[in-house]
Amino acid sequence: MATTVRPTAAADGVPDVPGHLTRADRTELLRAMLSMRLIEERAMSLYRQGRVPGSFYDGFGQEAVSAGAAFAMAAEDRLCILHRDLAAHVVRGVEPARILAQYMGRATGVTRGRDGNVHFGDKDRGCVGMVSMLPDMMLVATGMAMAFKLRGEARAALTFFGDGSTSRGDFHEALNWAAVQRLPVIFVLENNQYAYSTPTALQYAVPPIERAGAYGMPGETVDGNDVEAMFEAVRVARERAVAGGGPTLIEAQTMRMHGHAAHDDMRYVPAEQLAAWRERDPIDLQERRLKALEEPVDVAALRAEVQAEVDAATETALAAPMPDPATARDGVFAEEAVPLGDGRAPWSGFAREAAR
Amino acid sequence: MSGTTQTPATTGRAGGGAERATRRTMTYLQAISDGLREEMRADERVFVMGEDVGVFGGAFKVTDGFVDEFGTDRVMDTPLAESGIVGTAVGAAVVGMRPVCEMQFADFIACGFDQLVNVAGKMHYRQGLAVPITVRLPSGGGFSGGPFHSQNPEAWFMHAPGLKVVAPSTPEDAKGMLIKGIRDPNPVVYLEHKHLYRRVKGEVPTGTYETDFSARIAREGDDLVVIAYGAMVHTALEATAPEALDGASVEVLDLRSLVPLDEEAILASVRKCSKVVVLDEANATCAAGAQVASLIAERAFEDLDGPIVRVATPDVPIPFSPPLEQAVLPGVERVKEACRDLLAY
Repeated sequence: MATTVRPTAAADGVPDVPGHLTRADRTELLRAMLSMRLIEERAMSLYRQGRVPGSFYDGFGQEAVSAGAAFAMAAEDRLCILHRDLAAHVVRGVEPARILAQYMGRATGVTRGRDGNVHFGDKDRGCVGMVSMLPDMMLVATGMAMAFKLRGEARAALTFFGDGSTSRGDFHEALNWAAVQRLPVIFVLENNQYAYSTPTALQYAVPPIERAGAYGMPGETVDGNDVEAMFEAVRVARERAVAGGGPTLIEAQTMRMHGHAAHDDMRYVPAEQLAAWRERDPIDLQERRLKALEEPVDVAALRAEVQAEVDAATETALAAPMPDPATARDGVFAEEAVPLGDGRAPWSGFAREAAR
Repeated sequence: MSGTTQTPATTGRAGGGAERATRRTMTYLQAISDGLREEMRADERVFVMGEDVGVFGGAFKVTDGFVDEFGTDRVMDTPLAESGIVGTAVGAAVVGMRPVCEMQFADFIACGFDQLVNVAGKMHYRQGLAVPITVRLPSGGGFSGGPFHSQNPEAWFMHAPGLKVVAPSTPEDAKGMLIKGIRDPNPVVYLEHKHLYRRVKGEVPTGTYETDFSARIAREGDDLVVIAYGAMVHTALEATAPEALDGASVEVLDLRSLVPLDEEAILASVRKCSKVVVLDEANATCAAGAQVASLIAERAFEDLDGPIVRVATPDVPIPFSPPLEQAVLPGVERVKEACRDLLAY
């Protein structure tokens, strides 16, 4: 149960390529991160135009965590997605227009205006949206894994949570429970250094990854700004999980580059800390990697393609109606129980497995 | 019995044709066990989870012997973690299971409150995702359980949208409502009053059947109606027996379900009797009885021949020592006195 620390990417270096990704996969990973960034940039400008009610939360600088992690999950796996993980929704196949409509409280948003901003999960793509009480979804993901194990299914669940979440009881209950029952669940701790304004030094005395062994599961710290390292860590954890090897705690070291939400100027973050992380932008890193390939990827064209998608999605979302006030009381109770459906799983490894 | 529908599991057995359900006498506790066992036999998605529910059979022995029939996977001893019990049940439910959670005492649901209210209760409204879980809460006082083993927390959950809240008072309803709750696509908070467990016996149909989440008239009458649920139904019946109140004809309405609340049954009884005592064992402020009183004041004011009278536990923690506990919990004498005063109004 030793804790291992994966080497992080040097500021100007590009780490080795994991062997499980094709050139197309690596391009997909970049595409997912670009989608997240461009959707969120657009949403931020819509917010400033007064078209996004409430506040706006983004994951600028953290795109690699959710893109890489979600990419390692199979169609029949299930995910509980947090508020700085938009790329996970993109990977699972949620259309950008529905995401932008979600931010604007439109009838065509994922929650049909019932919940705001990033509080959503597409049930038809195997995803459950977060609640504001963090990290409640760690237990929900643990329960999904418990059902998979009870039924003898080779499937896994994954949940994201932050450094602040490590202080709450549900973090303990979930890690302990999953380890005791040896469940196929992957816990991705997205350590972005701040819980709102509270730095990790005020959050814990012992680094959370060191607790993994104490609970009885492997723990690994990953460069959360390296999308391929994230993919590889989750791929390995998933492989172990579905083989009956139990849960894994993965700590993705990253940095929240924007405020907690749009209203937060984050004056509490030292400028030099931000500057250091800015040098390690996850999208820059992957772009450099793909440009350096023997057969380089046309990154500019990819960027233009994603931008065009987001532009079109914006038009669609802006044209969508607001929800009908007469429906505000609808849907408190369910008439029938339909379990979560499968999501998109674009990693070529799943297609290879299926072909075998 | 009204509200009870026989389901296919007990009819149409191979070669049986019109085989009739038989009835057996059992305690309230045995009826809960029986319902759970029958539904686990009928539906492999159903499993039980909780503290000490496995080999030990549960603190009150509701799942006694279940491990032998269903194994430790489906009768799961969990870590001592109530948030974990409710939260993992939600996760299992959204991937197709039908978990039945046992809180060792209803009081401990306080530790699982967030998962129940914020995660389970709001899931369908927010995301269109149903959460079919049942949470069993052994509730209520009357046996020196003290402040942490005697509470009636139903009102906490009535106030939280998206949760159904039921509280049967008879063995037949206990079984039928548990089965109905397990089959319901929503989170169901199922209150089983501990004081009824071994005290109340009745005839219970064998096999599986569902009892509606609606009120029932426990005794017909037309001078006054006492509206109650759970253990207080029995207190009401005893306090208002004809010989106890000089022959007055007192109706007792057993709510059975608090969410949904059978408003039409309440209003019908009030319109018939014109005088109403609302009785509950929970602390008085914002209790289920307060909601019932409010409904009557809003919608049946013109039908009343006297003030709406409430009998409930004052707003104190439930004390341990018998004289103190008896001083706060509504008993037969208090109910009788309230009825007598109102009848004379």
